[in-house]
Amino acid sequence: MTTRQIHSSSAAPADRPEPEPSVPAPAARPGQDRKRWSGRSRRDFLVFLAMASPNLVLIGTFTYWPLINNIYYSTLDWTLGSASATVVGLQNYVTFFAGEDASKVLGTTAIFTLVTVGGSMVLGLLVALALNSKVRGTTFARSAVFAPYVLSGVGVGLVWLFIFDPGYGVLAWILRGLGQQSPQWINDPELSLVMVITVYVWKNLGYCAVVYLAGLQSLPRDVMEAAALDGANNARRFFTISMPLLSPTTFFLLITTMLSSLQAFDLIRIMTPLGNGTSTLIYEAYLQAFGAYNRAGYSAAISVILFAILLIVTVLQLRFVERKVHYS
Amino acid sequence: MSAPSTAVVVDSPQEAVQVPMKHEPPRPFSKPNFVQTIAMGYVPLIIATLVVFLPLLWMLLSSFKQPGEIVTMDLKILPESLNLENYATAMTTVPFAQFFANSLIVTTVGSTIKVILAILTAYALVFVRFPCKNVIFVLILVALMVPAQVSILPNYILIAGMGGKNTLWGIILPGLGTAFGTFLLRQHFLTLPASILEAAEIDGAGHWRRLWQIIVPVSVPSIATVALVTVVSEWNDYIWPLIITDRPETMTLPVGLTLLQNSEGNGAGWGILMAGAVLVIVPILLVFAALQRYIVAGLTQGSVTG
Repeated sequence: MTTRQIHSSSAAPADRPEPEPSVPAPAARPGQDRKRWSGRSRRDFLVFLAMASPNLVLIGTFTYWPLINNIYYSTLDWTLGSASATVVGLQNYVTFFAGEDASKVLGTTAIFTLVTVGGSMVLGLLVALALNSKVRGTTFARSAVFAPYVLSGVGVGLVWLFIFDPGYGVLAWILRGLGQQSPQWINDPELSLVMVITVYVWKNLGYCAVVYLAGLQSLPRDVMEAAALDGANNARRFFTISMPLLSPTTFFLLITTMLSSLQAFDLIRIMTPLGNGTSTLIYEAYLQAFGAYNRAGYSAAISVILFAILLIVTVLQLRFVERKVHYS
Repeated sequence: MSAPSTAVVVDSPQEAVQVPMKHEPPRPFSKPNFVQTIAMGYVPLIIATLVVFLPLLWMLLSSFKQPGEIVTMDLKILPESLNLENYATAMTTVPFAQFFANSLIVTTVGSTIKVILAILTAYALVFVRFPCKNVIFVLILVALMVPAQVSILPNYILIAGMGGKNTLWGIILPGLGTAFGTFLLRQHFLTLPASILEAAEIDGAGHWRRLWQIIVPVSVPSIATVALVTVVSEWNDYIWPLIITDRPETMTLPVGLTLLQNSEGNGAGWGILMAGAVLVIVPILLVFAALQRYIVAGLTQGSVTG
C-alpha cells in the first residue's frame, strides 16, 4: 500500500491535453487581414485558438479533468480534508456493492427516477392535450405550467415543505377537515420519498407538457382529418395515430427527463437534508463527501457509478435518436 | 384594517386565471357546444394553471403572516395585514441583502462571460478554418452531457486548492465553460446564409469585425435565448455554491436560504422562510413572465428539431 500526497495529484490543471499554447492576444485586428497574404490559414489557425481556447480550456479543466480525477479518487481511502490517502484499488466499489448501500441507494434511485419520469411524462402529455384545444388562454396556461421548471429548487422545496408540514401545513389542514391525521412526511422514509417525488413532478411536468405540445402541433393535419372522416373517435385517433407519431418526442423526453431525474439534487437537499429514504446516487455521493462522513474516496466511487449510468443512457440516446433529433 | 388592499393583491392572479372564462369562444353558441367547450377546454386548463399557481400564491400570502397566524389549527387564507416584518426578520437573522448582492454579482458576471465565450467559440467553429473542428465540436457535445453533479468533488479539491473557497470567483469559475451556449449558437450560425458574410469579406473586414458587426446583430434572438437560460441557471444554481461556501459573506441566495432554514426551521419560522422563498423565486418569475418565449425555446431546444 502506498500513501500519497493528495495535493500533488489534484494541483495539476496544467497537465491537461488542451491546446492552450502561447496564443497572442486577439489575433484578428480589424483591417489587418485586408491583404490576402500567404499565411492566411496560419492566421485563421491563430484566430481560432484565440476565440475558442478560453472556453475549451475551461471545459477541459472543469468538465473533463474532474472525470479522470474522480476515477483516481475512487481508488483511494481518503478522508476529505486529510493530506494523505491510501490507495485501495477497487475496495470502495466492493464496499458499495457488497454492503447494504447498493440495494438501498440503487433502489431509491430506481424508484425516484422511474416514478418521476413516468409521472411527469404522463401528466405532461395530459396537460399538453388540454393545451392543444382550440380555446383562448392556452398561451397563458402554457407559460404558467412551464413556470415551475425555471424556478429555484430551493425556493420551491421550501414552499412545498410548508404545505406538507404535519402541524401547520395546508395539507394537514385539509386532512383534518376530512377527519384524518397528517402523516409524518419528513420522518417516515417511504413518505418522504413520496413527498419529494410529488414536488419533483410538479416542478418538471411543465417541461414535458411544452415538448409534447410542440409534438402534437406538428402532427400532420390531413392524416387526423382523414381518420376523423373514417369515423375514428377521439380516443382511437389518439392511440392509433397520435401516440405512434409522437414516439420520437416520447423517446426524447424519456431520455432527457431520465438524465435530469438522475441528477436531481436541490429538492432532496432542502426537503430531506438527512437523505432519510430519499438518498439517490447523487445525494449519497454528496452526503458521503460533504455530509458527516467526509469519505471522499467512497463518494468518488458513487459518482463514477452514477456517471456510468448517465453515460449508458446518453449512448442509448445517440444510438437511437441521433437521426431523428438532428436534421437541418 | 388594510384588508381591502390585501384582497386586491390576492385576487389578481386568480382573476388572471379566470379571464379566459369570460371570453366566448368564436363558435356557434349552441348550448351543448358551449358546455363542451367549457368542460373539455377550460376546466382542464384552469385546473392545470391553479395547480401551478396556488402553491406560489400560498408562499406569497404566508410571507406576510405573523407567527400567530401560522401556528394555528384553523387555517387563515389571507394575512391580517400586508406586514413586511417577516422580510425584515429574514434580513436580520441572516445577511440576506448580502446574499442577494452575491447572487446578482455571480449571475451577472458569470452569465456575461459565458455568453461571450459561447459567441466566440461558436463563431470560430462555424466561420474560421481550423483542422479537426468536428472533433472539437464532438468534445463540446459530450461535455454537454456531463452533469456538473458528478464533478463536484474533484472541482472542490481543485478550487479549494487554488484558494477559491468562500470567494465569489470560486463560485463562478468552474461553471464558466459553456457547452450549452456554444452548441445552441453554433446550430444557429450554421443556418445563416453565406451571402451575408460575402459582402464583408469583399470589404476586407476581419473576423473580429465580421463577428460583432454582422453575425451578432442578426443573431440577437438566439443570443438572448442563451443569455436568459444562462441567467436562470446561474441564479438557481445550488449544489456548487453550497459546497464551495460555508461563510455567509459569500453565499448566494439559495445557499443563504438553507442557512435561514437551519435557524428558522421551527413552526413559527415558516412566514420568514416564505419571505426568503419569495426573494429567490420572484425575480426569476418576473424575468420569465416578461421573456418566456426565449426561455421556453432555449430550454426545450433539441425537442423542437426532432
